[in-house]
Amino acid sequence: MSNFSLAELCIAAGAEIFQDETPEVFATLIGLVPRLAGSLAKKTFLPGLMMSDGEYYFVSEPVPVGPRGGYQPKREGQIGYERVFDLIAKGNRHAFVGPVQADRFGQMNLSVIGNYNKPRAALLGVRGFPGNTVNNRTSMFFASHNTRALVSGEVDMVSGAGYNRDRYPVGKFPPGLDHRRIITNLCVMDFEGADHAIRVRSLHPGVKIEEVIENTGFDLVYADTIAETPAPTDEQLAILQVLDPHNLRATIFKGNPAGIRGED
Amino acid sequence: MKMNTYPSIDKRLSVKDIVAQLESGMTIGIGGWGARRKPMALIREILKSDLTDLTIAAYGGCDVGMLASAGKIKKLIFGFVSLDSVPMEDHFRAARVQNGFEVMEIDEGMFQLGLKAAAQNLPFLPCRAGLGTDVLTHNPDIKVIQDPYHGEYLVAVPAIKLDVALCHVSEADQLGNSFIGGPDVFFDEWFCRAADKAFLTTEKFVETSSFDDDAKIMRMPIERSLVAGVAEAPLGAHPTSNGPDYGIDVAHLKAYNAATGDGWADYVKSFVETEDYLDAVGGAEHIRSLPLPIF
Repeated sequence: MSNFSLAELCIAAGAEIFQDETPEVFATLIGLVPRLAGSLAKKTFLPGLMMSDGEYYFVSEPVPVGPRGGYQPKREGQIGYERVFDLIAKGNRHAFVGPVQADRFGQMNLSVIGNYNKPRAALLGVRGFPGNTVNNRTSMFFASHNTRALVSGEVDMVSGAGYNRDRYPVGKFPPGLDHRRIITNLCVMDFEGADHAIRVRSLHPGVKIEEVIENTGFDLVYADTIAETPAPTDEQLAILQVLDPHNLRATIFKGNPAGIRGED
Repeated sequence: MKMNTYPSIDKRLSVKDIVAQLESGMTIGIGGWGARRKPMALIREILKSDLTDLTIAAYGGCDVGMLASAGKIKKLIFGFVSLDSVPMEDHFRAARVQNGFEVMEIDEGMFQLGLKAAAQNLPFLPCRAGLGTDVLTHNPDIKVIQDPYHGEYLVAVPAIKLDVALCHVSEADQLGNSFIGGPDVFFDEWFCRAADKAFLTTEKFVETSSFDDDAKIMRMPIERSLVAGVAEAPLGAHPTSNGPDYGIDVAHLKAYNAATGDGWADYVKSFVETEDYLDAVGGAEHIRSLPLPIF
């Protein structure tokens, strides 16, 4: 019987992304899973990780999510938006984000669904995805792993760049293009297949590869025996309780399913 | 010997005076970011005017949304339109799916480089952002160039020249000096430098001598020579925030967001054409008590 939820499993898997990071990487964490994942990494093995209060200040410890009570962010420096673009261009940053669509090249869409000139739906715009993806490490989280999110062909509007050589002058990737992980409710994927193909790195407990394949719009690379996504430790769960005292993580997945499939 | 006497500088005018100096077809840059420190009093005045066919450049929020629903945008230069804690801006989205205006959709970082190029009288500034994306597909006028030293391919972000910049500040004097009280000055100074003329609204006017203060003087990014006019507009960023004085009016923005389509005429009647905006939105005390946003 697991003492952890699927959300907590995904957050712990997200923290592991930062095992391959520089000691003082600036982490931009958009969405609850990325934010808690980066916070967990900072509280455990990567204390030098740089993060903001969500707006203008570097903080010495992660700001707890949700209503803060009397909590005051512990500020250690300034990171206004102008400086963020300078830091992005310099490169020591990891953007862990939640796009609406991704494709086999790791290209992301946050702009429109459908035809660009007369879209079915407009979302936010390309935001900082173009700059993030050619300058910094990128990871993604999808709450719902299905073929509308992980699409066949290419995403409707390529907002974040990926490993499609046809889209670059002389087919050369920019030196900063460096996609790391895609975490979903089913599995963890990386870009370590041949020629940066997306590979299934681990399956969440109880999930079979057939379900992943069926719900992905593109071909996946995977080994005969696929690792299982590790369970969060008791220490990690205790830290998550401090980082998320109002248990907002219970809202990440509908019904807040248990970490091991079939146990609830 | 004849001595010329020069008039002393006094840039104070009203919100109406500022909008009277704008013309249809202008390219207007709007400072602030999303639901933070937008010059909304000026936007509402533009909504009341006959101005049309505007090219708007902004890190957009309800400024862009309102202008879109009012049909005043011919072309939008943007990286996003969002209400921050309410992520989607439904007026922008409704107009966008109707193909309501031309778009120049670029990365947020490209946008600030475009302002900086214009500010420095450069035709472009180079960057990598845009490579490999549909930003280039949908903006065929944006060129990819080769670095003259090593041959690397880079995007040449064209200068985003503005006729006018509109920004909201905490305090200003009659010379056009201004102080921004919130922790992030965003890109307001670059909007002002990229423009032929900048107009500011301020929470209040102060004497020049009040800027001779360590707490203020390092947060005065807009040199006064950029500023053509300043108008007093207390609470003039509402419903966006003006830190540290007042936060985002999330309840108002949610109601505004719902007022697309048939609801827009009612919103305009209640909140744009009203004689007493502050009264219509719950009063000054209510606005000043709005908590600053947390993320």
